[in-house]
Amino acid sequence: MCEVKVITGTSAAAEAAKLADVDVIAAYPITPQTTCVEKLAEFVANGELDAEYIKVESEHSAMSACIGAAATGARTFTATASQGLALMHEMLFIASGMRLPIVMMVANRALSAPINIWNDQQDSIAERDSGWIQIYVEDNQETLDSIIQAYKIAENEDVLLPVMVCLDGFILTHTVEPVTIPKAERVRDFLGVYEPKHAYLDPDRPITQGPVGVPDCYMETRKQVEEAMERAKKVIKEVNEEFSERFKRKYGNGLVEAYNLDKADTVLVAMGSVCGTIKYVIDELKKEGKEVGLLRIRTFRPFPKEDIKEFLKDANNIAVLDKNISLGFNKGALGIEMASILKNKKVCNYIVGLGGRDITIDNIKSIINHVEKAEDDETVWVGLKE
Amino acid sequence: MIEIRFHGRGGQGAVTAAQILAKAAFYDGKFCQAFPFFGVERRGAPVMAFTRIDDKKITLRCQIYNPDYVVVQDSSLLESVNVVDGLKKDGAVIINTVKDDLNLGFKTYTIDATGIALDVLGVPIVNTAMVGAFAGVTKLVTIESVKKAILETFKGKLGEKNAKAAEVAYNEMLKKYG
Repeated sequence: MCEVKVITGTSAAAEAAKLADVDVIAAYPITPQTTCVEKLAEFVANGELDAEYIKVESEHSAMSACIGAAATGARTFTATASQGLALMHEMLFIASGMRLPIVMMVANRALSAPINIWNDQQDSIAERDSGWIQIYVEDNQETLDSIIQAYKIAENEDVLLPVMVCLDGFILTHTVEPVTIPKAERVRDFLGVYEPKHAYLDPDRPITQGPVGVPDCYMETRKQVEEAMERAKKVIKEVNEEFSERFKRKYGNGLVEAYNLDKADTVLVAMGSVCGTIKYVIDELKKEGKEVGLLRIRTFRPFPKEDIKEFLKDANNIAVLDKNISLGFNKGALGIEMASILKNKKVCNYIVGLGGRDITIDNIKSIINHVEKAEDDETVWVGLKE
Repeated sequence: MIEIRFHGRGGQGAVTAAQILAKAAFYDGKFCQAFPFFGVERRGAPVMAFTRIDDKKITLRCQIYNPDYVVVQDSSLLESVNVVDGLKKDGAVIINTVKDDLNLGFKTYTIDATGIALDVLGVPIVNTAMVGAFAGVTKLVTIESVKKAILETFKGKLGEKNAKAAEVAYNEMLKKYG
């Protein structure tokens, strides 16, 4: 029997790293870090997890240590948020360029200035082009499940890319709710042992990793990462299926999750925990006889273009919610992507929840009303004070 | 769905109380969610924490604006905080006070939780007694589950004493309000 615990999102992430039996954890414990890494330190200290725990002096070093460890073939984990993720920026590209299957928990929090420790998704969205797979989760159960899945995806021979599992700061990281914790041996069975087949550091077989890529070959390496991202779409779907067979929990098709789409002319598109609130509103409206749908984007990278087009082919009013803003273009990252692939449809973009601004039931209802009346594509900042 | 708001001061364990209540509801076979007010917490400053309880999975993620119940851990908060803000018309307040005739404009249940805490724990930390009082008034969670959640949260002797504090408060509320 598996165990159900009432825990926070950060605890769920720590439990997942323990279940994945990671070999190396490197983390910097100061704000904006969460208690995820404290929990892991506890697991290592009390012998529940046999891993090397490297305390470092910054997030830049945390990612550097993960890169070094992963390059030897160790299964590695770290966690960070906002400014910490921003400080890792340089190393993120190195991790993906070296094709290292590192898994990281990102507690989505706003970037300064002004100083703000609350939730939005600007931090991970700013790393959109870093070559990391990005999974945005809706609740604490999905946090745990996605971190386990992330190792299976990252370590797949057809992928070999790092994965960040993004959960909304405070809204999930500091909220307790029931989470089913699978048995360790069943997770071990699901993941198998990670054995890198190609390039890894071994004193008996010296090689260099991440050397100079001259103009003659650099472009090809970038194209290979792009091709791996494309292949990852299939792998993410397969891992979601296999996970569902073994653990009886499923997240849409792995890339996107459709909710009440069949009869809906109006569809909201969003990522992360706000999708839970949207589902609540959809259920309420259904009781009144009104049909509204949700398409939850689970992986922002790779971006599931084909699935989105297919799922939204019958929808006419599309409302895209973004907890980030591309300053100078007045759209959020998801809004920009959606407009680029749905050229003949009305796609309105709603900027919501920046820096922890609560997204209320009334906000969601006002978005639905607005998109249904809008005559053309528009961007609206929701809940702004006068 | 039942929504509960806890009022306390930083360091008094309002967040822990909200979590213990959520766990107790879970042990009773319900779905639950508990979270702090996402603010900057300072020792002694007014703080809030929230619990949602339902028979089905809770997906709602916004803050609680119209609670069914308000639990006030410290009656001195009445001077600076409108603890009944947004409380549903037929909602109720459960407040730690030595006064018996407090009128907050809503159904109000009073308990001397500080007295119980000093008596049982030896310190004026009332969060576990207030969860016990909540169970006694509302019957939304069983005292057995509250005690189980407390014993899981605090290990050893501390857990036992806190479970006792909850039980004393629970029984007092049963006696007082039936």
